Amino acid sequence: MKILFTAKGTEWDSKMDPRFGRTEFFFIYDEETEKVETYDNRAIANEAHGAGPLTAQKMSEYKVDVLITGNGPGGNAAAVVTQTGTKVFVGAGEMTVKEAYEAYKSGELK
Amino acid sequence: MKIAIASGKGGTGKTTVSTNLASLLAESEDVVLTDLDVEEPNSGLFISGNKIHAEDKFKMIPEWKKDECILCGNCQKVCNFNAIMKLDKMIMVFPELCHACYACSELCPTKSLTMKPKKMGELKHYRSGNLDFIDSKLIIGEEQAVPLISQTIKYVEKNFPSSTTMLFDSPPGTSCPVIEATKDADLIILVTEPTPFGLHDLTLAVETMKKLKKPHGVVINKFGIGDAKVEEYCAENDIPIIAKIPNSRKIAELYSTGKLLYKELPEVAVELEKVIGYIKKHQESA
Amino acid sequence: MKEIVIISGKGGTGKTSVTASLAYLANKDVIVADCDVDAADMHLLMKPINDRKEDFFSGVLPTIDQNKCIKCGKCASVCRWDAIPIIDNKYIVQPIDCEGCGYCARVCPADAISMNEQNVGDWIISDVKTNTKMVHARLGIGAENSGKLVAKVKNEAKVLAEKLNKDFIIVDGSPGIGCPVVSSLSGANLVVLVTEPSVAGIHDVKRVYELVKKFGIKAGCIINKADINTDKVQEIHQFLEAEDIQLISEIPYDENFTKAMTMGQTIVEFDPDGIGRILMNSWEKIKKIA
Repeated sequence: MKILFTAKGTEWDSKMDPRFGRTEFFFIYDEETEKVETYDNRAIANEAHGAGPLTAQKMSEYKVDVLITGNGPGGNAAAVVTQTGTKVFVGAGEMTVKEAYEAYKSGELK
Repeated sequence: MKIAIASGKGGTGKTTVSTNLASLLAESEDVVLTDLDVEEPNSGLFISGNKIHAEDKFKMIPEWKKDECILCGNCQKVCNFNAIMKLDKMIMVFPELCHACYACSELCPTKSLTMKPKKMGELKHYRSGNLDFIDSKLIIGEEQAVPLISQTIKYVEKNFPSSTTMLFDSPPGTSCPVIEATKDADLIILVTEPTPFGLHDLTLAVETMKKLKKPHGVVINKFGIGDAKVEEYCAENDIPIIAKIPNSRKIAELYSTGKLLYKELPEVAVELEKVIGYIKKHQESA
Repeated sequence: MKEIVIISGKGGTGKTSVTASLAYLANKDVIVADCDVDAADMHLLMKPINDRKEDFFSGVLPTIDQNKCIKCGKCASVCRWDAIPIIDNKYIVQPIDCEGCGYCARVCPADAISMNEQNVGDWIISDVKTNTKMVHARLGIGAENSGKLVAKVKNEAKVLAEKLNKDFIIVDGSPGIGCPVVSSLSGANLVVLVTEPSVAGIHDVKRVYELVKKFGIKAGCIINKADINTDKVQEIHQFLEAEDIQLISEIPYDENFTKAMTMGQTIVEFDPDGIGRILMNSWEKIKKIA
């Protein structure tokens, strides 16, 4: 599975960003290749309106299977995420990326 | 003549002044009172009348038709508000973000986006004697007040002769809904309270009216509480204080029941007559 | 770290006075955020100093280079707001009517229109008298009150709260039900509704609560000026019960609120044993429910 975490940094021990639309970074982990990619989302986070859908659109470029985040995408962003078919897991807002991954694997996230 | 009743701060008594003023004026002439605080209109709670007309108000939103669309993404490119997005196999529109500039629709190479009306609010028109009352409300979830304010003003302009005394109860603050509500007014009445919050927000409102080059005067509501700094500010800046509505617990109690004040409280009626005098003076010199 | 947002729907119910009082009681346990950016008043009671100010940009405004302009009128014809009239035989953009859509710039055949980002206000971080920091802002006259500045104030407050390890953020929310309120509410753990027992107060709090419900945020209520109308207070109680909103406290009508304000004080400082005590209990309750 290819997994995208909304994060405040680019390392495994970076804190998760609880927001989706205005998340600072994407931390993308490919379980098969075990490779990590990151993306600086702060330009989108700076948009006055519509940051959520733009972030969702950017996310779709990475063709991820799973999104792990804190609060979950808001209304408009959620509509876009549904279109891309990405599975969304929430509840990881206060964890580090590594902790969020472990919580996901052990079925603790919603 | 168009008179807007505005304030910097919310809760100073804009609606109290407009509803009481409109009713008092209507005892002797035709008046139209319009509530432009479309997010939270309240004047209707104090005025009753027969509903003579209601209409839904719409804003235009692009509607996507997939048949001819080549998914070029030009629509997303030309939208400054991130209201339209090209996904893998479809175009998605976010109605609350759309400002109806028509760019995506008119610049679409395959004419796959047509502007269609979407309901964003309701306008209701009531009448009681000489008083016509118009009330516009945004539906919950709609975020933009300006289009509804603009359409409501146009309704009034269309349905009443310009010689009618038109009162507009404006939204509070100084951002663009207030600008939209006051930019075509002939005269502005600013309602404030003699407190630090009242003074601070009044200075913002005065700055705004000066920028719009609108003649304005001040009504001090809840006069008696707080301090004299609002009066000092007006004196220093040559802003006429039109009236001073007294503060009393009695008034707060009567207000809470949704009743008009001037019929039961002569001290309020006296001050409102001063406001009417101010308006008449302007009408004559205009 | 929990986010508590205080809103009222209607102006004049005492939202800012209550928020400042709670901030005073919370002292250094909180970061304060004044998100009522259109008419920000918290600073009158919080006494900010050492302002660190930043420009805030939002929206774009077109400018027509008259040297390049060929006066074809295409810009004016596509503008839905008639914001490009002809003045003195020149096409000139009227900023107050311009919506910032950029359509005119895209269709100009002479490439004579440039879009420039607008400096519409400032956001500020200050030290306040309660041994903590406040994030606040000032929106310029006539600016579009997008949620963007509100979001900026909130985000900066969050960053500070995390950096300084604070337990709470207290937010003075925006009035109304539009975009700035939505922005004030997003991410909140608890919404405190400050209302008054009047026809208008009840009408507006119900309307703003519909928005809170949409977001699924827990809510509590403070009834201010509670003794001016006992029937209306009953009405509010019924509404709270029906919607499962917790009643936090009821504050009697008291002109001490204004007396305190004119001295630049919160009611807690001015009347600690009277209304101050009610607010103290309110803050304890709020901390528990958040």
